[in-house]
Amino acid sequence: MKAPFSWLKDYVDIEVTAEELAEKLFSCGFEVEELVYLGEKISRVVVGEVKALTPHPDSDHLQVCVVDCGEQYGRDLQIVTGASNVYVGMKTPCALDGSTVVDGEEVKKIKKGKLRGVESFGMLCSGGELGINDDYYAGAEVDGLLDLDKSAPIGEDIRKIVGLDDWIFDISVTANRPDCQCIVGIAREVAAVLKKPFKAPNVAFTANKTNAKEIGVEVQAPELCPRYVGRYVENIVGVKTPAWMRKRLALSGIRSISPVVDITNFVLLEMGQPMHAFDADELEGGKIVVRRAKNGEKIVTLDEKELTLCSENLVICDGDKPVALAGIMGGLNSGIKDTTKNVFFESAKFARDNVRKTSRALGQSSDSSSRFEKGVDAYTNAVGMARALHLIEELGCGTVTDMSRDVCAVSLAPRKMTASIQKINALLGIEVPNAEISAILSRLDFKPEISGDTLTVEIPGYRDDVDNYPDLAEEIIRMYGYEHITPTFLEKASVTGGGLTDGQKRELHLKNVLRVQGFSEAYNYSFYSPKDFELMKLPENDLLRNAVKILNPISEELSVMRTFLAPSMLQNAVRNLRRGNDVGRLFEVANVYVPNNTAASEQPEERKHVVLGIWGGDNDFFDMKGAVERLGEAFRLEFAFERAGKTYLHPGVSAKIILDKNNVGELGELDPAIALSLGLDKKVYLAEIDLTAIETAMDDRVRYTNLPKFPAVDRDLALIADEALTCGQIEEVLLHSCKYVTKARLFDVYRGGQVPEGKKSMAFTLTFTPDQNAEKAFTPETLDGFVKKILGNLKFKLGVELR
Amino acid sequence: MKDKIEALRQETEAAIAQTETGRGLYEQKLKFQAALKTVMSGMKDLAKEDRPAFGKIVNEFKQAIEAQFEARALVVREMEMQKKYAAERVDITMPGKSYKAGALHPITLVKNQLIDIFAGMGFKVFEGPEIETDYYNFTALNTPKDHPARDMQDTFYLAENLLLRTQTSAGQIRVMEKNAPPIKILSPGRVFRSDDDATHSPMFHQMEGLVVDKGITLCDLQGMLAEFAKKMFDSSTKVRLRPSYFPFTEPSVEVDLSCSECGGKGCRLCKGTGWIEVLGAGMVNRHVLENCGVDPDEYTGFAFGMGIERIAMLKYGINNIKTLFENDMRFIAQFED
Repeated sequence: MKAPFSWLKDYVDIEVTAEELAEKLFSCGFEVEELVYLGEKISRVVVGEVKALTPHPDSDHLQVCVVDCGEQYGRDLQIVTGASNVYVGMKTPCALDGSTVVDGEEVKKIKKGKLRGVESFGMLCSGGELGINDDYYAGAEVDGLLDLDKSAPIGEDIRKIVGLDDWIFDISVTANRPDCQCIVGIAREVAAVLKKPFKAPNVAFTANKTNAKEIGVEVQAPELCPRYVGRYVENIVGVKTPAWMRKRLALSGIRSISPVVDITNFVLLEMGQPMHAFDADELEGGKIVVRRAKNGEKIVTLDEKELTLCSENLVICDGDKPVALAGIMGGLNSGIKDTTKNVFFESAKFARDNVRKTSRALGQSSDSSSRFEKGVDAYTNAVGMARALHLIEELGCGTVTDMSRDVCAVSLAPRKMTASIQKINALLGIEVPNAEISAILSRLDFKPEISGDTLTVEIPGYRDDVDNYPDLAEEIIRMYGYEHITPTFLEKASVTGGGLTDGQKRELHLKNVLRVQGFSEAYNYSFYSPKDFELMKLPENDLLRNAVKILNPISEELSVMRTFLAPSMLQNAVRNLRRGNDVGRLFEVANVYVPNNTAASEQPEERKHVVLGIWGGDNDFFDMKGAVERLGEAFRLEFAFERAGKTYLHPGVSAKIILDKNNVGELGELDPAIALSLGLDKKVYLAEIDLTAIETAMDDRVRYTNLPKFPAVDRDLALIADEALTCGQIEEVLLHSCKYVTKARLFDVYRGGQVPEGKKSMAFTLTFTPDQNAEKAFTPETLDGFVKKILGNLKFKLGVELR
Repeated sequence: MKDKIEALRQETEAAIAQTETGRGLYEQKLKFQAALKTVMSGMKDLAKEDRPAFGKIVNEFKQAIEAQFEARALVVREMEMQKKYAAERVDITMPGKSYKAGALHPITLVKNQLIDIFAGMGFKVFEGPEIETDYYNFTALNTPKDHPARDMQDTFYLAENLLLRTQTSAGQIRVMEKNAPPIKILSPGRVFRSDDDATHSPMFHQMEGLVVDKGITLCDLQGMLAEFAKKMFDSSTKVRLRPSYFPFTEPSVEVDLSCSECGGKGCRLCKGTGWIEVLGAGMVNRHVLENCGVDPDEYTGFAFGMGIERIAMLKYGINNIKTLFENDMRFIAQFED
């Protein structure tokens, strides 16, 4: 909301500076986002009077002037001008040496210098060079120098003369205060915060008897139009809009068009009431009907766009056809023209949601519609109309008649409310003195009465937002000052136990387990592109393609909710590699979204996943596998791994992660074909685990087991096995051939040399652990016995021999 | 015999003096012992009465030499250590070796810090769904369909009634529906708004706090936020409340903290004001309490909500929100703790 300082001063005697006022507004809930001084670009430009003129000796279009700029700046400055409208006795803006003027959007510096050999101590200016038009100052658009009124005092700062000595407050108005989306609304707040009286705009007018044919108003959709106020104004005459009004409009960026249109624009800015003026003689059938449009009905709006409507759109019709799209734009068929003789004024309240929907759906908006979207109150309908009628009289541009219409579906009686002062103070936590409460609410026009603990107020008609005592508490404290709120620490509240749930603690633990293994944490958006499914080579019928889609995504790239996290992790690896981060480990813990197959309107299931990424260095599949195993160990889980994988993984270097026979995840090397298509020259390993699936099995409680009295003993065995045998198969036999073997870990694989063709040498470390209550340590002979038995089993079951 | 002993003495003493290693000394000792054995074997040729005297001489000789060996052993060990020291001398300016753990993301770090601060004040952590119904995200929070406040937030819709939550406030309702006061919860999580420019990210994180109990006041809100500000930034951080508007609180306040960069004097970070807008808060709106079946005449409460990214950016001096989601290793590594 933009409010000129000068305009606010019409309603309040403001004695503070613009900066001070901005501070005050800020303190009571109206943040001034920008405070702009209109004359910012203009400096050292003063009123000068041309005393004498001589032709330039060396030019036929330049003239040399002697300009009187007053005692302070010089009585006889020599200034060369090229303007042809200069004359002796002219008062015109004179830019002195070192001054600044406007050059389009730029600032231009003026310095003394020679023009074709003749010294010039400044420059005489046009309206354009001050950045103003006719609406600021009559004659500002003349080609040539700005011919100032003869009353302008010589030497005066030009900004004061042409209306540039002014400030524009760009105020952020919160959504609960649509009443402050206008100058008068802001002025009411200014008056209250400065403790000054508010001088309401004049709304008096005389209703003259008319003989015109009656125009009735019928509201068929009161839910979309709670109040419709109309008035017939006749004998419209084409007077010129007065300078004061043109300037107000200009400050708000609106050009003057005609008195009637200017008045509607002015009332919107000043009172916050969008008005519409119909050419009354174009209205057929002697009536206005407010109704929902028929499906397929058409209207051509003032900007000559043809719109096709539906029953969700509200239209204003005459006896025959739509003449306006309610609250958004008038129809071309009934608009004000130069020849308009009689006008039917409309001042109504249209439902904000409906105006917004229609505006969005039809792509048609206006100052009026954006005002309606914020909310217009029924009280202002009448005040706005009265103000417009007063201005019609003041401008002398028509005759206000007694043909007045008011169709109202809502109560207009002032709303009374009572509240307990004690409750207000209890909410705030401080005692605001009754006298303060009374004074503040009076200034805000709530007409307070206090009797004991009971506060009775009459809510102003424009304050639809106030409906209970906390609203009054807010009104009081924002004016009383938040600095009165002193910190206390839940003096009356119960003591509660706080902290994380077990699940939240586990997640934190998980992150730290990964961090300790060198993984850093990533955060990715919860949505990605459907193209990611293609990149990951997911088959058409893959369940992972069944994603929750955003109806209004920012772009296709961010349009589907993640069904698995691996694509994001792959993108992270790719980005890092492209930026020269050749080696890395990342993880992310986040939700994936599984659509509810029974109904699209049901909330999807959110499942927590963890994804790991490793790339570069001498990392291989087993680094990733180790990380996954370690993650499991931290939660007392032992994962099994089965060959088979996802389409995005290398078929030979990937596995399913199994827990209790359930597939809970995948790991492996990124499919080299995908790596190739991404131009990656380093291998990328990915692993993803469904944490929700393993949640109940995760156990991070630490328990102590007594240490054995005798140490465990390691024995290394080098075995010769068929190439086809897997480590897992041999490990299985090693672990089950002797009950004392608690660990069997492969540490070397060797091929060639003395190892026969088709065979491989595999070296394991076996750990033998004595029983908890064993009486003595293992002797070498006992161990030899164990090994012999193990070797026997290996030979028998797998044909594996000692090397 | 005496000559032999004398010869052995001279030979051995010379050898001891020349030996510079422990191993050499050991070998010399073996050699000496062998030679002594030979000398001793000559004792049988002596007359019986001479034997004790000779035995004594030999014994003394043996002890003397062994003493020399021991003395030399100390010297040799010292020499050897000196050699070892010299040989093992390293270039201490060469780089140190260490195992690098990973780093948690600053969003997690700040989230954990916030949880620490508020858990200590009795807040439980609640995580609601990221995909919400219109009811929980808006309607129950006193933001009905035609409410202009809905325009404040550009919402991603998944279906007519289903959306990506725009605020963690949605969690408030779920908690209050299921639990009777006293309630003290903290609700962190991902939120989404259809906004993507230099200062906005379509996904970010919020931390919502809610207290509902008997006799909760605006002063309590101020007190709690003052405590938070001191712990999150530093003990001199001040809190300023100023009026604002949120549909689910009344009165509503915008909460500014004194600028952590300049301490309130005014700098580029705080645009010269000395204050930084950090969070929104207010007393829970009566309609919201009613919507959750809490009697607003018996209970009052306050709620506050802050952007975790915003806090992280302020705390660590990160100037672009997009950096947080690029997941560049060089970025994250800086947050190793």
